[in-house]
Amino acid sequence: MEKLWEGSRAIAETIKMCRPKVISAYPITPQTHIVESLSQLAADGDLVAEFINVESEHSAASVVLGASATGARTYTATTSQGLLLMLEVLYNIAGMRLPVVMTCANRAVSAPLSIWNDQQDSFTARDSGWIQLYAEDSQEACDLHLMAYRIAEDKRIMLPVMVCLDGFFISHTFEPVEPFEEENVKQFLPDYQPLHYLTPKNPLTFGSFAEPDKYTEARYIIHRTLEESKMVIRETAEDFKKVFGRGGGDLVEDYFLEDADFAFVAMGSIIGSLKDLVDKLREKGEKVGILKIISFRPFPGKEITTALEGIEKIAVLEKAVSLGSGGILVKEVKESFYGRKKTPQINGFIVGLGGRDIPQDSLENIYREFHQGSGDASFVDLNYELLGGK
Amino acid sequence: MELTLGLVAGPGTSRANKTGTWRVERPLFLNIKCVACDLCIMLCPEGIIDSNNERYFADLNYCKGCGICAHECPVKDIMMVKEEK
Amino acid sequence: MKEIRMHGRGGQGSFAAAEILAVAAFEDGKISQAFPSFGSERMGAPVQTFVRLSDRKIRSRNHIYEPDYVIIMDPTLIVDIDVLKGMKSGGLVLVNTEKKPEELKFKSELDFDRIRVIPATRIAREITGKAIPNAVMMGAFAGFTKEVSIAAIKRAVMERFPGKVGELNAEGAKKAYSMMKEGEK
Repeated sequence: MEKLWEGSRAIAETIKMCRPKVISAYPITPQTHIVESLSQLAADGDLVAEFINVESEHSAASVVLGASATGARTYTATTSQGLLLMLEVLYNIAGMRLPVVMTCANRAVSAPLSIWNDQQDSFTARDSGWIQLYAEDSQEACDLHLMAYRIAEDKRIMLPVMVCLDGFFISHTFEPVEPFEEENVKQFLPDYQPLHYLTPKNPLTFGSFAEPDKYTEARYIIHRTLEESKMVIRETAEDFKKVFGRGGGDLVEDYFLEDADFAFVAMGSIIGSLKDLVDKLREKGEKVGILKIISFRPFPGKEITTALEGIEKIAVLEKAVSLGSGGILVKEVKESFYGRKKTPQINGFIVGLGGRDIPQDSLENIYREFHQGSGDASFVDLNYELLGGK
Repeated sequence: MELTLGLVAGPGTSRANKTGTWRVERPLFLNIKCVACDLCIMLCPEGIIDSNNERYFADLNYCKGCGICAHECPVKDIMMVKEEK
Repeated sequence: MKEIRMHGRGGQGSFAAAEILAVAAFEDGKISQAFPSFGSERMGAPVQTFVRLSDRKIRSRNHIYEPDYVIIMDPTLIVDIDVLKGMKSGGLVLVNTEKKPEELKFKSELDFDRIRVIPATRIAREITGKAIPNAVMMGAFAGFTKEVSIAAIKRAVMERFPGKVGELNAEGAKKAYSMMKEGEK
């Protein structure tokens, strides 16, 4: 039976079902409620896990790295500045092929200081070798966490997975969620069996030195594995559907794209508002659809071009920006079409930075005034008063 | 040799890596004035000096020829001599 | 879908109020959503919270710009903030105040018959001993709308605040509910 839970609570209850042995995290808004809940569950004995308190995110990531190397299933969560502080450890976790799962409750990055949502933080970690999955709502966030462990621990993959959910918009929102049944979860996600692990009986070196004759190959293997992980993500999503009877979790998901001549491309919780808008526009007979990207890493270039085949106008919306370059997602979507004879018009729109609400009217304007926006980085709803009129 | 997952390596790799080839000079244990203080054994960074009832010696498979033993020997009973290969 | 916007100040329990309302409506069989628009959490700073009630899946997470109901936890806010902004025609506003509707000085015009008042802070202080009006306000909301049952509100209050605190707050909610009902007669 569905429960009306705060997003953070729903995530914590899901993690409990995933049975991690070691959890380490440092509290930071808007991730706090997730680890508070987990800490409570561990203290009450409802979750048999070592909950290790640390003094920073760098240490939290280091703890789960070490714990994962001993063969334990691990969990951590962070956001924003915390994620940036973790960054060097994140590269190490991926490089050592440790199947850590973490939540990023997406938040803007300082300065200026902002505790509110955008996706600049996890975008910054996109090259680290982690799989990154983005959730539309609490239910999908829960489902993706369960899938994340299966994908990460798959012997063909053995890479960490970051589940990204919009801070406040998901983490602090109460909405209905279908909780997991223990039996089904155990069937879908058996206990973790590491390939090799640290033990005094059999000493090993993790994170060893690679001279120039080996480093390239080590990096290539991770890249190739991420490419291959697309298949595993899809398989896992199909299996998930069989066991739990709900969809979602594939690399991309389309909404009314079949006959569309205009498509929105976006990730995360903004998809909900876009769906409401598309329903409204469809009622008026306008052929608009949405492509939701769930997996940002691995990047589903082929799946994107296939899903958008024949659509002439594409608006890519993103809550992050590569300063000095423009939109990040839009460039990767464009790149997917490179070399084709006929390419659609693809414009990029920067929305919702630092928690700014994106009213439906603003989304509709992107559709109506698509031709006025051009290039990779139209900042939506700029307040020109604050810019001295320029 | 194929790379292991995450380049995880087993222990004892320094045994396979015979660093003796790096040597320019090697220690010559004269075993004349030696007072059996064992300083050379303790100070050898590679831990490859040993002794028996009669003499002190280095495992030349691994000795890099750093000369610390000769420098530290209190009775100057170790000489560094040019390695001739 | 019914959209509810609450205006309060940090420390008055506006978010707990939103949670109670959403949980109660969910228990009544509706689909509900509650979420905060946090300022940085400071006592006394104006905060807004949003609740949506619907018969089907709620997908939008936008702020609420055209509310069906506006709930004012703190009457001092109405002077500084245009709390009625965007309210739907026919929308209703519930104010925690000792004053009469015609004495309230909103920044926008509103017919008095669309205003409901309840001295929620006084009721809360009398019954619970604390000046936190959130549960009482939700009882009052149940009293003048058909959006949620008082039984569900009471259960949600007791779930949110276990023990004696919850019981007293549920009693406060019930009292406000009855006062609103009587006011209609």
